[in-house]
Amino acid sequence: MPYPSEYRYSKEHEWVKREGANVRVGITDFAQHELGDVVYVELPKMGRKVKQHESFAVVESVKAASEVYSPVSGEVIEVNKKLDGQPELINQSPHSDGWMVVLRIDDPKEIDTLMTAAEYEKHIGGK
Amino acid sequence: MFEYIPNTPEDQREMLAQIGLSSIEELFSDIPRRVLDKFEKIGIAPMSEQEAKHLLHNIARENLNPEEFVNFLGGGLYDHYSPSVVGHLIQRSEFFTTYTPYQAELSQGTLTWMFEFQTMICELTGMDVANSSLYDGGSALAEAMLMAKNVTDKKKFLVARNLNPNYRQVLDTYAWGAGLEIQEIPFGEDGRIDKQFIRQNLADLAGVIVQNPNFFGVIEDLRELKSIIGNAMLIVSANPISLGVLAPPGTYGADIYVGEGQALGVPISFGGPLLGLFATRMSYVRKMPGRLAGRTIDINNKTGYVMALQTREQHIRRDKATSNICTNQALCALMSTIYMALLGRHGLRQLAELNLQKAHYLATKLARAKGFTLKFRSPFFNEFVIETSKKASSLLKKAQKEGFLAGIDLEPFGLLDGHHLLIAVTEKRTKAELDRLVKVLTQA
Repeated sequence: MPYPSEYRYSKEHEWVKREGANVRVGITDFAQHELGDVVYVELPKMGRKVKQHESFAVVESVKAASEVYSPVSGEVIEVNKKLDGQPELINQSPHSDGWMVVLRIDDPKEIDTLMTAAEYEKHIGGK
Repeated sequence: MFEYIPNTPEDQREMLAQIGLSSIEELFSDIPRRVLDKFEKIGIAPMSEQEAKHLLHNIARENLNPEEFVNFLGGGLYDHYSPSVVGHLIQRSEFFTTYTPYQAELSQGTLTWMFEFQTMICELTGMDVANSSLYDGGSALAEAMLMAKNVTDKKKFLVARNLNPNYRQVLDTYAWGAGLEIQEIPFGEDGRIDKQFIRQNLADLAGVIVQNPNFFGVIEDLRELKSIIGNAMLIVSANPISLGVLAPPGTYGADIYVGEGQALGVPISFGGPLLGLFATRMSYVRKMPGRLAGRTIDINNKTGYVMALQTREQHIRRDKATSNICTNQALCALMSTIYMALLGRHGLRQLAELNLQKAHYLATKLARAKGFTLKFRSPFFNEFVIETSKKASSLLKKAQKEGFLAGIDLEPFGLLDGHHLLIAVTEKRTKAELDRLVKVLTQA
């Protein structure tokens, strides 16, 4: 699955899509592949403030339960309620329908600390 | 596996040198002197096998064997009759472990009875989902408190003062570690919790923890409690045998049911091993501690059992685990499964009725005797508090000489003074024994 060039990526395998003053966040195709079949997603409460690199969600697969770390700081203003009944969206469509939260970002400069699609592909290339 | 790994003095010297120590004493230097002194008193010094056996035998002789007494002890553990088939079945080699197998699905027999255990606990308690057991009633209650904190994201708990004081100690320990706040719900002259107090302390509430029947044996009226506390979690600890006649906690809005399962066919054996019962509503299943066996079908459409959920445990969640209970009480849970299967729905009701009737017979008779009054004028199940004109401790001493363990002196618990006895009556007690106890206590 290609990594959209307009997204930015974190070392912990989250993606970020800029939407004006907000960002949409999910986990990458590489991450869902490593996790295996996702059976449950624990999402944060609306209004929660998260810091960059802070864990804000848990993805449980048949293999393990893994933390999801926020690629940027901000406030949770939307969560993907569809994941409640269809956690498999993360496997089927990690970069679009399987998004997890929308954050109102504190500092747009944080996005610049993340990797481009080409850099991310290189980052996972060795794995 | 080696059962015993001997070390030569040379081995010991080598191992100590490796970590930079010169003696075994130095290795254990973290143990405070006052603790070591205590051990030295009972003889921690090297002994021959014969000497060690003699020492242990003498210590063991200080125990009383409840089988040699007429037993009215309760307060959390109860002297019920467990049919011998229970003891025989659990000793079958495919069952005889306290552990859940790590490669769970290989053990279809174990998963099958776990599934049945969970189903029976749900039917008994009126809850949606029960785990396959925890350690004991006290730690199950503490796990319920932690779960309520995780569900509500709040830290304040109202805890009934008439809760089993031993459970309260466990709660205090967990609350201290987790930074939770506990406020005590007082009880009134009827021995029941003060609901007005709960109404006045609803702010920032994570949960309300009550016991029913409570530590005094009194049946609480919990019908409207859930509507009073709203989104705070209602946690109810209840003796499972009492549910043969009392309303299941699920029917009056309990969010979490916990209980001590010992009464369901597990011997009292010096107070352990015990069995923690834990059940909740389906919407909270992902926050539930422990593990859950489930039934499914395989690719050939045949029924099979699986370890369906154990996501809160530390071997899955590592440092983010919300519970440190990494195993369960499989053997005790198996005992109670067999016990419940033997009794059946009607048997359990009959058993509960026998307990209730015998306890009421004794309470009525004792309350008519001079020097004894029922402490609380409230409905009770199989246990009650009697106020005594003589000191409870001296009555107990005299009764013991006559072959009776007549109850529990409530003074050490600090809830009532030394003129109160907590007396439990199970189906095992005969009318003749009850009549004799009245005689013994009134003549003491």
